[in-house]
Parts: sequence; structure tokens; C-alpha cells
Amino acid sequence: MALDSKIPEGPLADKWTNHKNKINLVNPANKRNIDVIVVGTGLAGGSAAATLAELGYNVKAFCFQDSPRRAHSIAAQGGINAAKNYQGDGDSTYRLFYDTVKGGDYRSREANVYRLAEVSTNIIDQCVAQGVPFAREYGGLLDNRSFGGVLVSRTFYAAGQTGQQLLLGAYSAMNRQIGRGKIKMYNRHEMLDVVIVDGKARGIIARDLVSGKIERHSAHAVVLGTGGYGNVFYLSTNAMGSNVTAAWKAHKRGAFFANPCYTQIHPTCIPVSGDHQSKLTLMSESLRNDGRIWVPKNMEDAEAIRAGKLKPTKIAEEDRDYYLERRYPAFGNLVPRDVASRAAKERCDAGYGVNATGEAVYLDFADAFMRYGREQALVKGLDVNDDVLVKKLGQEVVRTKYGNLFQMYEKIVDENPYETPMMIYPAVHYTMGGVWVDYNLMTTIPGCYAIGEANFSDHGANRLGASALMQGLADGYFVLPYTIGDYLADDIRTGPIPTDTKEFDEAEKSVRDNIDHLINNKGKHPVDYFHKRLGKIMWNKCGMSRNAEDLKSAIDEIAELRAEFWKDVMIPGSADEYNEELAKAGRVADFLELGELFAKDALQREESAGGHFREEYQTPEGEAKRRKEFQYVSAWEYKGEPKDAVLHKEELVYENIEVKERSYK
Amino acid sequence: MNLTLKIWRQKNANDKGKMVDYKINDVSPDMSFLEMLDVLNSGLILKGEEPVAFDHDCREGICGSCSLYINGEAHGPDRGVTTCQLHMRKFKDGDTIYIEPFRATAFPVIKDLIVDRSAFDRIQNAGGFISVNTSGNTIDANAIPINKHDADDAFSAATCIGCGACVASCKNSSAMLFVGAKVSQYALLPQGRVEAVDRVKNMVAQMDLEGFGNCTNTGACEVECPKGISLENIARMNREYLFANIKD
Amino acid sequence: MSGFFKSSIGRKYAMALSALFLMVFLLQHFAINILSVFSPDAFNEASHFMGTFWAVQFVLQPILIFGVVFHFVMGFVLEIKNNKARQKSYVKNNGNANSSWMSRNMLLTGAVVLAFLVLHFIDFWIPELNVKYIQGDMSGLLTDGEGFRYYEELVHKFENPLRVGAYVLAFVLLSLHLLHGFSSAFQSVGANNIYKKSMKGLAQVYAIGLPVGFIFIALYHHFNH
Repeated sequence: MALDSKIPEGPLADKWTNHKNKINLVNPANKRNIDVIVVGTGLAGGSAAATLAELGYNVKAFCFQDSPRRAHSIAAQGGINAAKNYQGDGDSTYRLFYDTVKGGDYRSREANVYRLAEVSTNIIDQCVAQGVPFAREYGGLLDNRSFGGVLVSRTFYAAGQTGQQLLLGAYSAMNRQIGRGKIKMYNRHEMLDVVIVDGKARGIIARDLVSGKIERHSAHAVVLGTGGYGNVFYLSTNAMGSNVTAAWKAHKRGAFFANPCYTQIHPTCIPVSGDHQSKLTLMSESLRNDGRIWVPKNMEDAEAIRAGKLKPTKIAEEDRDYYLERRYPAFGNLVPRDVASRAAKERCDAGYGVNATGEAVYLDFADAFMRYGREQALVKGLDVNDDVLVKKLGQEVVRTKYGNLFQMYEKIVDENPYETPMMIYPAVHYTMGGVWVDYNLMTTIPGCYAIGEANFSDHGANRLGASALMQGLADGYFVLPYTIGDYLADDIRTGPIPTDTKEFDEAEKSVRDNIDHLINNKGKHPVDYFHKRLGKIMWNKCGMSRNAEDLKSAIDEIAELRAEFWKDVMIPGSADEYNEELAKAGRVADFLELGELFAKDALQREESAGGHFREEYQTPEGEAKRRKEFQYVSAWEYKGEPKDAVLHKEELVYENIEVKERSYK
Repeated sequence: MNLTLKIWRQKNANDKGKMVDYKINDVSPDMSFLEMLDVLNSGLILKGEEPVAFDHDCREGICGSCSLYINGEAHGPDRGVTTCQLHMRKFKDGDTIYIEPFRATAFPVIKDLIVDRSAFDRIQNAGGFISVNTSGNTIDANAIPINKHDADDAFSAATCIGCGACVASCKNSSAMLFVGAKVSQYALLPQGRVEAVDRVKNMVAQMDLEGFGNCTNTGACEVECPKGISLENIARMNREYLFANIKD
Repeated sequence: MSGFFKSSIGRKYAMALSALFLMVFLLQHFAINILSVFSPDAFNEASHFMGTFWAVQFVLQPILIFGVVFHFVMGFVLEIKNNKARQKSYVKNNGNANSSWMSRNMLLTGAVVLAFLVLHFIDFWIPELNVKYIQGDMSGLLTDGEGFRYYEELVHKFENPLRVGAYVLAFVLLSLHLLHGFSSAFQSVGANNIYKKSMKGLAQVYAIGLPVGFIFIALYHHFNH
């Protein structure tokens, strides 16, 4: 099967407009006869559900949380990009497009990224109209901050809670439609299969997590906004419930899975504290605007710090290695995430790590305190030479910018980051890979769409900061609602889809068999035992740097672990009640398949690009080395076991941007 | 450290439920409270017992899922944090810890420590929004300047995570801090003023219908709120409600 | 405004407005009583005016009685409703961690104040009605006709130490009631803003000062005669 990305003809800047002008529309009266299922209620799913309902479709929305407002988009901190150029610093749609493609290491689709940049400005207008309280300046206009990998300030934010505010905006739009009866909301429901009728996605099988009841839901189209699969690593910044199940079930029913190995390891997370750890906590990349990252220059100092004999504040300026500023003078501490993460790992692997386990570097605000403090002292007419006063004034400025992050750090680590530098270490954060979609965001299953982090389309091999929120909302508010009409225009005479058909019978039976197997297994180990082991394999062999040998052994180990899981997993309780272990088991079973495909994908990609770093392919200075022959999207077709998956390649063509060495020096 | 846990166990909504004692040893002070419960649960599963069910998801204090009443306080003894951010260093070796679900008639127990907070969703459905369609053609985001103090106050109100600690802490199980925060967020923004009258009336009517109690201004909600939502929001809602009724 | 007073917030307003009215009355009551310490004559004059002026007797007095009854009945109704909002209570609840004892026990302190009011009515108000409207003596004079009777009656009532004790206790509880009630009433009517701090100070002055003042009057007369 050849992949058709359906990119419209014409010049890049006109593609989206032309496409919108040409696609089929559904008239309002007919929309009332069409049902759409939206799975997931984060930024992408929530905004899509609300917009589709506004347009007149009957929407059924599903989330596994107890309310749509709790989807993990809520945890995004830093901000959302938009090419508004309010700061007059030279931003434009093209520049946002350029930065995103370059940041993604030339592994994303030009036309999709350009469209994303184009609609980015609408998102801000829409959100402000919805009452999203973005940060403002004293003049009453919107404020911006800058983020990694770019040279302009285009990031809109709401303190360190931008994701929360945007999600609550989408949730409020959903609320309006739920109140009108246009969205029927299914909380605490988990999708466990897609139902295909005559080759088209026509419904889902879902489990009510409270009663355990297996339900059939039909629709004319199914939209997956189910997020990423970072939890395949067990420890990640994802929520505990974040999972790949919906996307994976779609994959098993015919949706290709693209670039599974592209994973973003975020540089500024709170380091692991012990074996009991259940998840990792991110601290916004915006901290790198003002914090400077360093480790000791001398090995003796690093050893003394690890042993608890030396305090970081006692290390003299000349004995500190600000390694990002040293290696990348142009971008310094604001290099893209993949670069910053690898650089931290490089220093820690070399023995300069600064916590007990040697897996942490410092993020230091001492300079920022003084810089802001002097500015404040001048503004207020106070003594600029009084260091104590200046530091205090500066700390106040930092508190207003990042107060909640500093507080969060203190609660978790039990150290005051105003007095001693923070410790950070990279952690799995986002997955650029996902379900393959064409320009219309449709998967290889007709009528099944994937949006937001669940698809693969816009970030290539590495996502820039503040772009995930942009993509989720762009897909949900401004792209999918148009493109889905083109498909649904053929369904105006179809009428309601019945659920008493053999396709639904078959799908429900496979779901029930799976659950029965798990619950009756009565093995030796709880689900987490397997999940943790999977995570260790993934982190050690498919993490920040990868090589062929490790990847091959990872493939074997994961396959073995999967067999062991099905033999030995132990799940208490029954299937017809609230049973979190059972829900977890289903998710981990899918991670155990995805993990293997992940390693397989990483193995075939014999180059380094963005978040995918192959040790065999690096420049003499240790930078990622891309290879022209891998300028394609790897889309995998399911054929039974993950090892049998078949690779399809979508060649990436760059006509509007010159592919070159990605340099941040 | 070693602890005694007294945990509310309730099989399902119809079960009567009771407190059950558990001993747990070798708890690290660096663990979060929920990680401590994870350890308890994996032990229970290995013994063939049912694990304690509790709501949790993001484990970084923002999703609002976790909802435990610990030693007589919503989200436990620490201030400005959710249960998932509460760390065991706040307890001492040998402590006895009571763990109960958030209690309110409007929040029925689903299982063990999990309660049904869909009443909050229904209040939001009644008016927690600005009626604007997604068109891409709304006015430019900077067309209406908003006073920074108002914008900041609206933001502070909007940081509510909908966890229900306010209801759980209130001796009357009142939801006024939650509703007041949402009403305030929109009342402070010019975009929200347009529908202010209907919004406050509809949301308050739904709140009353859900069976939450009356506010008697004890201030417990403000103290226990993990996001520090201020009582001022309730006062603002009261004013909004009065004026909305006068205008009609 | 239809349905306003049936809503939770409407009832808060009703509760707060009746409270504010009662607090104004209390201040007025105190202003007259304190005269008894400085000038029995002035006290007699004021009492006679209040006791015989038609607008006070037939307009303000019924409103006051209605206010008291309303405040109590409404408080009780709300308490029942609030208890219904949590049918299953906590095994362990640490109310002191987040709220004051006064704020959580308004019904208790209010009930004690009410019990005192009953005593107060029996002591002063019923005899007063008896003299004025049943016996028809509107003169306000002592039976021997030598001057007004009000001051003498007051002094007489405070002779009994048991009554003084009850009086002191009731005012301590009133103080506790007001310590929460004063600022609570303002919060309920939506007045919680930049004057929050000064409001808090005023609340304390009123809630402690006024009951202490009443207690002082009682003790003054008890020990000085």
C-alpha cells in the first residue's frame, strides 16, 4: 500500500486556503444526522469535540479521567507559540514554519508545518475570546516570552500554567456544547477497540471504568486525540493514566504507526530520588530563559558534591563549566531540548553529575537575581551596589515569573531554590511519533482521524518548546473540523450506524477475551512489576542515545518480557467493578508491543535526527549526524507480532526550506 | 519510617464501608503520599487482597484528580499542595494516619477513596463558558486591552483545579469557592461581562440543585485550597448574583 | 428578583442583612445602657422616650422582634440544610487546622444568646408590657411617684449574682458569635475588598468591645449598690 499524504498542490503559502476552498462541506441540516466519536479530551480532543458540536455534528466524547478537564494537557507549563509578531522582533508565519522544521531536524512535513504556523495566530484570538487569562503587560496588551531553539519572543503564556488555562478554555467550550446536548460526555470510559465496517471506522468498544461494563458506540467517524506514549518508559512526565491503547488498537486495525522512535527527552526535570518513584516532574523550559546550566569543572569538586562535602554555592565562578554556553555560544542555554538533554547526559556520563546518583546538573538563577535586581534598584531609585538588596529585589522578580515552579521544586526536593541552585536531569516528556495521518489528519483507516500528540505530523524528530499546545489546538479548532467534513459529506444519507452487527460482535468479543484472560491469569507479579522492567529496558537501550547492538537486544528482551507478562501477570478483583489494576494491565500489554516496534524503528533509522541519537552516527564533535537517505517518515503496518511489522516510507520533500546542518553554535 | 494507616474501604457505592487498619514499614521520607499508597497496594496485591482505590493522574499537582482527606484535612497537613505533592517527610515515624474520601452528599463514594465529582462538571455545563464559536475570525487578541490587575486576578481565580478540597473541608460541604472562582474569572474579563448576568444565575441555580450546602464564611476552603483561591471570589460572586437578580 | 431569597446566596444575604440590623440595634441598646453608669437621669430620659414614643414601640419594636426571630429561624433552617449536604461525616476531622471555633459553632453560640434573650424578655420586656399596656401606666414613674422607675429597676435586677453570672456568660458567647458574625456578614453581602484589613480591626473592636461594655455595666451595678 502506497502512502498518499494528500498534500494539496500550489505554493506553500496557499495550500491550506486552496484546500479549504475545494473540499466538500456538509450542510447544517445534514450535520444533525451525523455522529462523530472523539476519544480523549485534552487540547486536541477537547477543542475538536467542542468545534464539531458547534458546527452541528452529534459528538460523543470519551475520557478515562473523571472529567474532561483533567486530561494531561493541563500539566503543560511554559506557553504556546504563535506568529503574532506583537513584539516586532521580526517574527512571521514563515519564520515560525522555518524554526519548527529546523527544530524538528528536517523530519516533518512542510505543508503541515506551514499550516500550523498559519493558524497559530487564530488560536490566540480564539483563546482570548474564550476568556483564557494570558499574561499581560501594564499597558493591557499580551506579554510574550522566548523559548528554546528560536531567536524571537513568540510564546504566549499564563504564568507556569499555560496548558491548564488553554485546556480549561477548551473544556469551557465543551461545557457549552454539553449543556446544549450537542456533546454527550462519557467520563471514566476507556476505549478498547475501533470497529471497522466495510473498511471504514464506524465505532468503538469502550469500557465503563466504574461498572466494568463493555459498551458499543457507533458513529460515522472516529477521532483519536489520545496523546502520546511516553509512559512506555514507565518513568516520564506523563500522567499515570497516559497510554497508547487507543492509538495502538487503531494500529492493530490498520492504522500505520509512524516514527515511534522519535521521543523527546526534556532537559529540565527534577532528578529521580529513589526506586519508589512513580513519575517524574517537569519544570518548564522557560526556566532556561533565566537560569544558567553548569557542572563543576574539576572532577574533585564533583566528587565532593556527590559525597555531600561541598556546597555548589562555594564553587568559584572559574571552576564552573557552563557547558551549553561553552559548546553553543549562539543559543547558549536556549538550545533545543534534544541538544540540551544530550549535553547533560554527556557531562554526567563523564562523571560530573551533582546528585548522589550522579545524574543531575545545576540550573542556577544567581545571575538572574542580580540582573533583575539591579534593574529594579534603578527603577526604584535604590542603591545598585547593595548586593543583598539587589539579590532580594531580583528574587522577587523571579518569583513573579516562576514562583509556582520554584515552590513545586521545593516541595518535591526539600531544598530552597532561591538559595541553592536547582538540580535537573532529562526525562521522557513527549513523543513526536504517533499514528500516521495524511494532510487531512486521517489515518490509513478511512474515517479514523488522529490529532494532537497522538499523530506524528508536525514536529519531525524533535519538538520545540511551546509547540505542542499550538499543534493540539490547531488540529482541534482549525484543521480537523474542516477536513473531516470532506469525508463526512459522503455520509449524509447513511443514517445511524447500527451496533448489532457482526463487526461490533467481533470487536466486543476480542475485548472481552482479552479482559478475561488478564483477570483469570492469577500469575505471580502485579502489573507495575512488568511496567518497571519495560521502562528500564527502554531507558537504557532506547533512551537518549542508542546503538544497533543495544536496540537488537532490546527487541529480544521486550518480546520475552511480553511473553512473561501474559504468563505471570496477577490482577486482583473482578472485571465487573472499578478495577484500576485491570485497566493498567491492558495499557501495559499495549506498551509491551509498542516498545518492541519502537526499538525496531530506532534500529532501522541509521542516522541521528532530533531526539533519535544513534551513537554510530555523530560528527567528530559529538553532534547528531543526519543522513539524506533517511529523509522519510517510517510508517509501520501491523502484521501480527511487532517484529513482523512492515515498513512503509513517506519521502519528505523540502521545496521551501533548505535542508542543512542544524547548528545552534 | 513505620506507620499505621486507617483507611476507608468501601467496595462500591452501595456498600456500607468501614475503616480498616494497615501497617506499613520502611517508608522513605522522600516518597510522595501516593507513592506510599502504591507501596501499600503492591503489598496487598501480592497477598491476594484488593488494593486501595484512589483517584490520581498527573501526580504533579495540577490535574485535580487526587482527593484524599488525610488526618482530618483535605490533601493532608501541608499547605498549598495536592495529595500527590504531599511528601512523607511531613509525617513522623510511628504516626497513625487517617485516610478518608472527600465527604459530601453531592460527591457520592464510588469505591474506597474515589468519589464522583461530576456535580462540578454539571455546574460548569450550566454556565462556565463564554459563548463564542470557533471561527478563526474573532477580533484580534490585542484589540481589547485588559488592565493587568484584572487580568492577574482573573488568572488567579482560573487556577482552580476543580479537586473539591473546598467542598470536602467546608463544614457545610459548600461549593461556593469553586463556583465563585469560575464566576470571578469571567466577571473580571471584558469578554465575560457580556453574559455575566445569566452565567451567575445559572451556575448558582445548578450548584443549589446539586445539594451542596450554604457558605457560612468559615474560610476553611481558602486555607485548604491547594491553589490558594481567595475568599474574595465568593464575595464577588455574591455581588454578581445580587446585581444579576436586580437587573432582571 | 423572583426566587432570589430561595437561593443559597439569597439566604446568605438575608442572614447577613438581619445580622447587620441586629448589630446596629445592639449598638443603640448599649449606648442607652451605658448612660446608666454616668447619669441615671439621662438613662431615665432615654428609656422613657424609647418606651413611649409610638414609632419606636409600634414600628421599630415589631421589626426588631421579626429580625430576631427571622435571624434565628433562618440560621436553623440553613443548619439543617447544611447538615444534609454531608450525611456521612468524617471519622477524623481537624477543623481547627483551617477555621476558627467561632466560625464552626455559630448555632451553639447563637442558641445560648437566644436562651439569654428569653431570660431578658422575662426580666424586662414582659414586665414592661404588663405595666404599660395591661395596667395602662404610661407615666414611667415609680409607684410612689418620685421620678422615673427605669434606673431603679435596672439596679434591682443586677442584685442577684446568679442573674449577673448568666448575663456575663451570655455576653461572652455573644462576643464569640460576633467575632465571626461581624466580618462574615460583610463577606456575605460581597464587601470583601481593599478595606479587608480595617474591616477586620473594626470587627474585633465591635465583637469584643460591645459585650465587654455590657458586662461592665452589669458588674458596675452589681457591685456599686
